[in-house]
Amino acid sequence: MAPILALDDISKRFGAVVVADGIDLALNEGEALGIIGPNGAGKTTLFGIATGAVRPDSGRVLFAGEEITHLSPERRCRKGIARSFQIPQPFSGMTVFENVVVAAAFGTGQGEAAVYDDCAVLLERCALTTKANQRAGGLTLLDRKRLELARALATRPRVLLLDEVAGGLSEHECAALVTLIKDVRAGGVSVIWIEHVVHALLATVDRLLVLHGGKFIAAGDPHAVIKSPQVAEIYMGIAADA
Amino acid sequence: MTRVEHATKSSRIGVMLVAAALVVFVLAPYWGDRQTLRLLAEIFTFVALASLWNLLAGYAGLVSVGQQAFVGLGGYLLFALAMLLDVHPIAAIFIAGPIGALVAIPVAALIFRLRGAYFAIGTWVVAEVFRLLASQVSVLGGGSGISLPAAVVIAMAPSRQLREFETYWLALGLTVLVLAAIVILLRSRHGLALTALRDNEAAAQSCGIDVARIKFLVYVLTAFGTAMIGALIFLQKLRISPDTAFSVNDWTAFVIFITVIGGIGRIEGPIIGTIIFFIMRQALADLGSLYLLMMGAVAIVVMLWAPKGLWGLIAERFGWQALPLQRRLVPTPNISKKERKP
Repeated sequence: MAPILALDDISKRFGAVVVADGIDLALNEGEALGIIGPNGAGKTTLFGIATGAVRPDSGRVLFAGEEITHLSPERRCRKGIARSFQIPQPFSGMTVFENVVVAAAFGTGQGEAAVYDDCAVLLERCALTTKANQRAGGLTLLDRKRLELARALATRPRVLLLDEVAGGLSEHECAALVTLIKDVRAGGVSVIWIEHVVHALLATVDRLLVLHGGKFIAAGDPHAVIKSPQVAEIYMGIAADA
Repeated sequence: MTRVEHATKSSRIGVMLVAAALVVFVLAPYWGDRQTLRLLAEIFTFVALASLWNLLAGYAGLVSVGQQAFVGLGGYLLFALAMLLDVHPIAAIFIAGPIGALVAIPVAALIFRLRGAYFAIGTWVVAEVFRLLASQVSVLGGGSGISLPAAVVIAMAPSRQLREFETYWLALGLTVLVLAAIVILLRSRHGLALTALRDNEAAAQSCGIDVARIKFLVYVLTAFGTAMIGALIFLQKLRISPDTAFSVNDWTAFVIFITVIGGIGRIEGPIIGTIIFFIMRQALADLGSLYLLMMGAVAIVVMLWAPKGLWGLIAERFGWQALPLQRRLVPTPNISKKERKP
């Protein structure tokens, strides 16, 4: 069976900076994939390429075997690719509830009233019910991150791309987030998660990839990868063959 | 079952105020003199123009400085239809709308290739092209303009007073129509997308909203309304020339001023802005060009201290909405007990 989401020989450069250098990536249906890498490694750009916000210089993007390289972001969203932004991007003048309704109505192509029930349940799941009628622009960082996740989930994705959702959260909040993401996975959603909070990733993902200089330099079992000499090298500056 | 309501305490008060104002305005011919009626009608047309520009720039992010293209088009359509085809002027207003929308389609195809500042300049260029074209039409007065023939004007109503009443009510009616259409649009599914687009275009796209399509739709719709209001304005003036019809000052600069100081991206903004604009104009008009300088100063002060306009400041501080546009989740007993008062 074709992977649910695949990047095929993707390259992208911004001026002289190469952020993707012939990247291949395949996410299988139901899988959870973690991506780590130093700042500027090109992690977020990969999400941009997968969701259509960034156009690659070369290579193809495939969704369930179908090429989507030239599809607009909104078409990809409706096909089932949802993302959360690293810096939360709420519709700040709208209420929390309206934020989720927008994503639910347009991400699934349903009428507005048809999604109200789902949205109320989703807010409850993401612990936002008490803030439903507040302006999204006035939320705390934690609640913005929750909203970012709720909005992505509201589009009923088949693939969920999470960009550093755990950063800045307390131990307790992070544990709640891991539970929620595991729960989402159990519902059949495939996940790619970019994260610096490694223990959250280790608790969640099946496979871990390390991105460095626009290339994957390590991939495989999360615990093995995190102990690998390549990771030690890029994060600690210890030579790999030492 | 999830319950959602639109109204809040502030919007209930707002709707009552709007209803009361409407009654007062409908009855204006009984309490106001001719000068008052003319001033009110002018105010209404600016509320309508500013509300349409607000939809375009405030919500859809299409900062046009060329809406005078459609004001002028509407005005010239009124004169052309009434003088050349013997159409009743009021019917001509309603024909000007759809034609304005039709013209907007190829214009959009052209200028939507431009982004940001280039788009703004593009809209202005289009308006200038329209102005030059209008000055070539010699049956409509060419470059020096023309007055609506007395026969057409006299045919509108049996007496001058009745005609004045008629144009006043027409201005009120059309403005209410434009505002109602905007409220209905914003409360619809499209309005949800438009409001999301106003707040964050990239996020709107990644939520499945077809941003290009909705921008096109808004551009065509505002052209429809703007052309209708344009026809109305020149029925009030009874005289048209390329320079007045396609004036960037009257139909765009003032409209932007109104929208920005009132509160861009909020339906209440243009109404508040128009009131401030006319108070200033009435109070300062005797000062000549100093009046424009003072208006510029007000615009700068508002932009520095209240970049979202006066209504933006109020709405954010108090959470007010004058019209029931928001979708509010009604708390059910098993959730959010904290919010419920004992």
